[in-house]
Amino acid sequence: MAGRTLYDKIWDDHVAHQADDGTCLLYIDRHLVHEVTSPQAFEGLRMAGRPVAAPDKTIAVPDHNVPTTWDREDGIDNEESRIQVEALDKNAREFGVVYYPVNDIRQGIVHIVGPEQGWTLPGMTVVCGDSHTATHGAFGALAHGIGTSEVEHVLATQTLIQKKSKNMKVEITGKLAPGVTAKDITLSVIGATGTAGGTGYVIEYCGEAIRSLSMEGRMTVCNMAIEGGARAGLIAPDATTFAYCKGRPEAPKGDMWDTAQAYWETLFSDDDAHWDKVITIKGEDIAPVVTWGTSPEDVLPITASVPAPADFEGGKVDAAARSLDYMGLTPGTKLQDVKIDAVFIGSCTNGRIEDLREAAKIVEGKKIKDNVTTAIVVPGSGLVRLQAEEEGLADIFKAAGFEWRLAGCSMCLGMNPDQLGPEVRCASTSNRNFEGRQGRGSRTHLMSPAMAAAAAVAGKLTDVRDVK
Amino acid sequence: MDKFEKLTAIAAPMPLINIDTDMIIPKQFLKTIKRSGLGVSAFYEMRYDMDGNENPDFVLNQDAYRDASILVAGDNFGCGSSREHAPWALLDFGIKCVISTSFADIFFNNCFKNGILPIVVTPDQLAILMDDAQKGSNARMVVDLENQVVESSDGVQIPFDVDPHRKHCLLNGLDDIGLTMEKAGAIEAFETQMAEARPWV
Ligand code: SF4
Repeated sequence: MAGRTLYDKIWDDHVAHQADDGTCLLYIDRHLVHEVTSPQAFEGLRMAGRPVAAPDKTIAVPDHNVPTTWDREDGIDNEESRIQVEALDKNAREFGVVYYPVNDIRQGIVHIVGPEQGWTLPGMTVVCGDSHTATHGAFGALAHGIGTSEVEHVLATQTLIQKKSKNMKVEITGKLAPGVTAKDITLSVIGATGTAGGTGYVIEYCGEAIRSLSMEGRMTVCNMAIEGGARAGLIAPDATTFAYCKGRPEAPKGDMWDTAQAYWETLFSDDDAHWDKVITIKGEDIAPVVTWGTSPEDVLPITASVPAPADFEGGKVDAAARSLDYMGLTPGTKLQDVKIDAVFIGSCTNGRIEDLREAAKIVEGKKIKDNVTTAIVVPGSGLVRLQAEEEGLADIFKAAGFEWRLAGCSMCLGMNPDQLGPEVRCASTSNRNFEGRQGRGSRTHLMSPAMAAAAAVAGKLTDVRDVK
Repeated sequence: MDKFEKLTAIAAPMPLINIDTDMIIPKQFLKTIKRSGLGVSAFYEMRYDMDGNENPDFVLNQDAYRDASILVAGDNFGCGSSREHAPWALLDFGIKCVISTSFADIFFNNCFKNGILPIVVTPDQLAILMDDAQKGSNARMVVDLENQVVESSDGVQIPFDVDPHRKHCLLNGLDDIGLTMEKAGAIEAFETQMAEARPWV
């Protein structure tokens, strides 16, 4: 048999039915559910009188709409948000799926909770009505976002109708320079390929720089595969993966663990596997980066200057002009001279313990600059929050002038009250800098947690390598 | 889902590239627990000013395009989130077909689940259709799914590809879940075999 990629192997092990035209029913091992994209799906089941096919493989948690302020026990003020969270509560209980309600310490952003609880394991198929499901690919799981009709389809049948994507290899060779993190890798890849560069592909990230990342870093890389247009991002499981999974509440135990690990060790791309597209980037060439525009592909090293529309070609010329206007930036301005008003550290990209450690290291013993009027740290889950509090990170952030919050999506997209006003410029560790993403008219610069922390202290976009 | 009938309609030009799902339907409208009623909020931030008044420059606010059922848009349409609210909003506005040189994967899938036909054309073909769409309400484009061809108002015929299964479902208004349920036997057999092979799952 010809060599197969990791994607090929996981795919082959999950085809429950194949039609003559190649359309497959892919069996789904884990279905994660949140309150925004599921109400219409549960309603569809109810109307058709269908049960959830595999409630023990369906995990629900509210995250997008939940307040992150400390008074959230008192309930949600916004009526629509409250109705949506209540709908999830009702649906989860009525259909008997696994559920972590708002007041459960395990509640958090769905893509942080899944791995943390051990629901996400190598070789699985994982879906969620959320594009950043790609995060779970860090475990060597085939994980991607689906729409609400597909959520209903998975709830009803535990399968998804799929056609196979093409295989793309993104290799990051060598070592990363000091101050360069997983976020810089993933942003730099999108900068190189564009937001449509991965369309039609499943990406496997490999190479020494990827291998040396922790699971947290790998999740950051895979999280943004979707920003590059790919259906999913994958990293082959290895000793780092197994060490992370072992002992998690939902991970296999004892002999079952050994059986599972033996299978997981077969999950890698064969040397003679076929790749439809290959991209190689030298780890040493990656610098700490920020985005300047309103598309995640608008990436530049922090040492660069704001580009001009004329620096681009085709449709990108107009798009860049529009972005610069929206962002209130003048071509030629040094990125390091761009002042900021707000800092957001959190999201499913960078809301894990290691992210908070990196940011805390930078702000320790310092104060955020006066012109930074909003600075919040939102842990990705209740358990991340507890751990950060135990490690003293929360105190470091608070002493520096940050607000320390409860877990949720928060200012990543501001469906809850955590929103920015028009023209407020934010250094953000989230994944999307789209127009209006953090609040209508707000301006988002994406970067790593360390870079966001450095920006908070300097009051402007800053090279983390210059922070003493 | 309604059947996708042959469509003769006004097409609105949106030459911008990377129109993302946050633009198509911003987050504040994702709080609904229904599928309907999103049409008035489609393209909200481009369509209305801060006070909620219509922005006269936005294409769908122009009289010629208020009744458009086709969008002709720049590359990488629908990138961003998985929100099915994006196709729901388009459909509720009356859009049944979107034509571009490429679409984001999840948005593309979501269209078919809601009876919207996304059509991929080459850059040259897009230029022809974009010009045609600029002509306003006097020009009607024809989208013939059965024969897989788009016809501009002056008769230029542009053939397009579509997945046969999806075409069948669109033309007949078929619901995927019902079709999959017919394969329950295969799914059960797979589950039995999987319980042996990967019992920890
Ligand atoms: S943190 Fe942001 S990107 Fe992640 S699931 Fe929440 S809203 Fe989506």
